[in-house]
Amino acid sequence: MNTNTIESVKEKKHHEFLSENTDFEVRSMDTMCVNESELRHPVWHNLKYMAAGILFGVILIKAEVVSWFRIQEMFRLQSFHMYGVIGSAIAVGALSVFLIKKFKIKTMYGEPIEFISKKFNKGNIIGGLIFGFGWAITGACPGPLFALIGNGATVIIVTLFSAIAGTWVYGYFREKLPH
Amino acid sequence: MNFLEWIKQPWPWYVAGPLIGLIVPLLLLIGNKAFGISSSLRHVCAACLPANIPFFKYDWKKEIWNLFFVGGIIIGAVLVTQFFSNPNPIELNPKLAADLQAHGISNFRGMVPTELFSWNSLLTVKGIIMIVIGGFLVGFGTRYAGGCTSGHAIMGLSNLQLPSLIATISFMVGGFIVANLIMPILLKL
Repeated sequence: MNTNTIESVKEKKHHEFLSENTDFEVRSMDTMCVNESELRHPVWHNLKYMAAGILFGVILIKAEVVSWFRIQEMFRLQSFHMYGVIGSAIAVGALSVFLIKKFKIKTMYGEPIEFISKKFNKGNIIGGLIFGFGWAITGACPGPLFALIGNGATVIIVTLFSAIAGTWVYGYFREKLPH
Repeated sequence: MNFLEWIKQPWPWYVAGPLIGLIVPLLLLIGNKAFGISSSLRHVCAACLPANIPFFKYDWKKEIWNLFFVGGIIIGAVLVTQFFSNPNPIELNPKLAADLQAHGISNFRGMVPTELFSWNSLLTVKGIIMIVIGGFLVGFGTRYAGGCTSGHAIMGLSNLQLPSLIATISFMVGGFIVANLIMPILLKL
């Protein structure tokens, strides 16, 4: 078998893997995080994601994005700050995604970067509203929950466990909920 | 103003926003990962209490990068708080400040009002609603919606996904309703 055939067999296998893997299918409906890398690295390689997390944590605190007060201001239309943060983050993110697609930029390991489209379901609206209720009450979405704990608001550990419980209860009733 | 004082200032939106936006390509480039936080909550369920629920029966170890990422958020927050946090109270819109003061919230020093979010207030009616039920709504809603502010609003919109736009609008509508109509009642409790 020459290299080309091996490549095409590999590719075919990968597609079969994607289409037959129901776990993948379940996940694609529920999370953005569906990229499958077939590269296997030792666990310490994950430290680079920790470094990215540290950067994100620093920004969340320094920009006061995790502040309950800033979130109230945002929802009462009393400040531009949060709209500026989220809006400019999307602008930079969108430009980056555009450039990655246009120039077919690869990962540092040389893998092609894959984007998978999300399918609409009613949960985007119903769940979105419920999340919005919780966001306004706690002043925190999931990222800030972690940042607030690091900031010293230790009682937010309870909020984090509640959020994990909420995720679990969703998983339990998932089949019965409208999607 | 010396360097230490300068770095302790809060960052304006036009510094913080683009930096957050850069995390999207950063995660893609270092390992083909899509920016998202709320999946970590699901991985914790899958790791600790899958209880034979199909939704939690997957190989969470393959997603362990996400747990490292959120662990990093805690570390980053600790570092800022220890070494260069803003010593001054948050500069709030005077209208909001006055309204909160009228409801007995006057400590604007932290990221959360200690009158509402503290171990002492946890077992009050207000505390249970804000700390416990609020958190539950965040976790339930985000998974039902298929993502949170990072996964939908930032990553999803960066990738021009219509479902993410719909979800983001829903987040905002939900937030507007609670912050303007429900919060005034909650604060009176």
